[in-house]
Amino acid sequence: MAHYQDIKEQIRKLFANQKLAVLSTHHSGQPYASLVAFVGKKDLKEIFFITSRTTRKFANLSADPRVAILINSSLNMESDFHDAVSVTALGNAKEIHGAEKDEFLRLYLTKHPYLEAFATSPTCAVVGVTITTYVMVKNFQQVMELHIDQ
Amino acid sequence: MNWIVSPLEIKPDHRERIGPKAYSLSLMAREGFKIPDTLFLTVDAYNAFVNAGGLRERILLELNRKKFKDMRWEEIWDCATRIRNIFLKKQIPEPLNSYLTQKIQSRFTGKTLAVRSSAPDEDASGSSFAGLHESFVNVRGTSSILDHIRLVWASLWSDAALLYRQEIGLDVEKSAMAVVLQETVTGNRSGVIFSQNPNDETQVIIESVYGLNQGLVDGRIEPDRWILDRDKKTVLSHTPAQREHWMIPAEHGVETAPLPEDLSRRPPLSSKEAVGICDLAYRAEELFKAPQDVEWTIKNDTLYVLQSRPITTLSPGETQDKRAWYLSLHRSVENLKALRATIEETLIPEMSKTAKELAEQNITVLSHRQLGDEVRRRQKINQHWVNTYWEEFIPYAHGIRLFGQYYNDALRPDDPYEFMNLLTQTKMASLERNQLMEDLASMVRKDRHLFGRLKAGKLLGLGSEFEEKVNQFIEKFGDLSCAVTGGTECATDTRPLFKLLLEMAVNPSSLASRKNPKDALLLQQRFIDCFQGSKRKQAEELLDLARSSYRLRDDDNIYLGKIEAQLLSAVKEAKSRVESFERRGTHKSELDDLKSVIQDLDYGTDNRKASVRKDQYGVKINPRQLIGQPAGPGLSKGIARVVRQHLDLQDFKHSEILVCDAVDPNMTFIIPLAAGVVERRGGMLIHGAIIAREYGLPCVTGIPDATSLIHTGDEITVDGYLGIVTISKGNKM
Repeated sequence: MAHYQDIKEQIRKLFANQKLAVLSTHHSGQPYASLVAFVGKKDLKEIFFITSRTTRKFANLSADPRVAILINSSLNMESDFHDAVSVTALGNAKEIHGAEKDEFLRLYLTKHPYLEAFATSPTCAVVGVTITTYVMVKNFQQVMELHIDQ
Repeated sequence: MNWIVSPLEIKPDHRERIGPKAYSLSLMAREGFKIPDTLFLTVDAYNAFVNAGGLRERILLELNRKKFKDMRWEEIWDCATRIRNIFLKKQIPEPLNSYLTQKIQSRFTGKTLAVRSSAPDEDASGSSFAGLHESFVNVRGTSSILDHIRLVWASLWSDAALLYRQEIGLDVEKSAMAVVLQETVTGNRSGVIFSQNPNDETQVIIESVYGLNQGLVDGRIEPDRWILDRDKKTVLSHTPAQREHWMIPAEHGVETAPLPEDLSRRPPLSSKEAVGICDLAYRAEELFKAPQDVEWTIKNDTLYVLQSRPITTLSPGETQDKRAWYLSLHRSVENLKALRATIEETLIPEMSKTAKELAEQNITVLSHRQLGDEVRRRQKINQHWVNTYWEEFIPYAHGIRLFGQYYNDALRPDDPYEFMNLLTQTKMASLERNQLMEDLASMVRKDRHLFGRLKAGKLLGLGSEFEEKVNQFIEKFGDLSCAVTGGTECATDTRPLFKLLLEMAVNPSSLASRKNPKDALLLQQRFIDCFQGSKRKQAEELLDLARSSYRLRDDDNIYLGKIEAQLLSAVKEAKSRVESFERRGTHKSELDDLKSVIQDLDYGTDNRKASVRKDQYGVKINPRQLIGQPAGPGLSKGIARVVRQHLDLQDFKHSEILVCDAVDPNMTFIIPLAAGVVERRGGMLIHGAIIAREYGLPCVTGIPDATSLIHTGDEITVDGYLGIVTISKGNKM
């Protein structure tokens, strides 16, 4: 159990310390990666981000909601190879509305207050990704999986 | 972390944290100069404010939307306005707020304050920042004082401050602002002394007014002026002012009031007092080891120093920087009122009269030589009005900006351009033209016979009522084939007006009804209700001024177009004579003159070519998402129509998105057909943005190379909320 707690804590730490994540979607089998400013829920069940509805990522995930999200702590230094932690989250994305959206916006603007104009623009969608699996990589090659019971 | 320090606590290493203005005051206090009760807010307080809640990053996001050097002044003003609004909306975070509140209340109980800027990078620049940042006088109450501290901080990011720092090579992103809080000394006489005349080192200059110094400093009150001999301290000359007004404390801030008659008859200083002020300046000069520019005030015969700074003189050959020009970008209410009177009462009637007189002249009866002279005469007349446009009409647009700031200060809206809703729906010439077109299109829509004949290109027998209305329209606004209002038949083989009327007949516009006048009335009431007494009258006056400024921003081009159209008609007559002779292969020496006149006139078009999207190595570049300024809220998707020259407009189809270099009121007749507007030229108050807002269309301005990166036929999405244009080809890569 301690192992689980440890992994969960490390993911929470990444949620708190990292501002950007890499989102992977695809269009007709062609993978597509993009950077998003994200917020993760403490219970690890969902990751949220905001995107304009005119973007490729939004079109892709509207066509196929399966996505992968990479969050990592690398600093673009040699020491990253032994020190950095990466987590890949797999899940299903959907645009969220109503009270859930308001709650998310509050969390999002606490973490990214400078993005207020972007986050509250009528042209932007709040996207919630329900996570099924986290794959954590540390110490260069140690890989652990965490499956979330939704 | 030291957020507040008092003058007597200041040590040399404080200088870069409180700025030279504050530091000089502290040295003077220590040396026994009489200064008002004062506290300094260090740059640490500013940094605590901008570091909280992501404010610093918000500012930098705003400022880095586009390369600074690529921004027009209008765009920089817009950027500064948005940043100022962010400062106005953001509360001072704890514990800074409580700390400042407690310090202000305990030190200045019941007193009104002057809240002045003191920028530390003035030292690094070696240049004067005088007038560049904001300072406020007679600010009452703790919450108002805290408000004004934020405004002084925000002035670090004003258009003039941004431009000036850029010019002298300072990194604005690393700049910070200290603030001087000073008890207001309500002097009955005030002034400025230059301990050494910048133009004559043997002289001293004193300028003085009755009342507070504000009126002198911002140029609203003319001062009496003394020149003294620097060595002998004797008065060499005294130039009295026309003493009519003085600046006195109001309930909040200051106001200009008529000067009591007994004071207006005598100068604010005696010769003896002038010499006393001279002594003060010499002491300051001795302390700072350089000639000083000292602001002072006299209350109950006590002479106070408000601030002292070194006189910045130019070494020979040094070019003067543009600070004065940057500062001139802002106009006072008085200045704008005078401009309004000139424009409305003199210039517009003159322009209309000129256009009418030219139109009434029958140029077909002129000899070739007379026609050549007439073209030249019209060219001169046109140039005169183009110059007038730049000198008088363009500065008058500052009325909109002045009102915008006033509105934002009073209401602090989420959208810093909310004030524009109070200015729209004024009676503009371009809207009148568009309404007439809609009326004509409605006739075509209802009359199948008329529709059929126009569609078939049969322009005879259209019905007397329709023909009469079309003729009236052409008489007033031209046939829309020319790039100027009132021009006719610039396109010889097409009928742009009829083409557009057919397009409008098939696709009735619902745009005009998108705006709700009731909302504007409510907003107006909310604005007016913010003010009481004389302030309310002032607010109403300013709104009226802004509306006139807004209307003229568009109308002036229409009036100008009508004059240019008359030049064009003379050129057309000249061209047709030359061509007619050339066709016949005959030569007439009188025509040589006409030929050279025509060649001298060049009606240019936007020569930007569509960009080539493949380089020599076969690498393709496609623009996907372009960032500009959000200039009209809304989102729309449509086919781009890139307009490079006026005649491109006649092919405009319903629901297309207008993409052009610069929208001119002489081309906005197609806006009721458009689904959105994209413009290369940037700014919130440019014509494209104004007309888009009138019709409730999404608009993005300030996209560099918009007309070369976007091609006619591209499917584009205009996001007028975020200022983004997306070019899509399905979702394919």
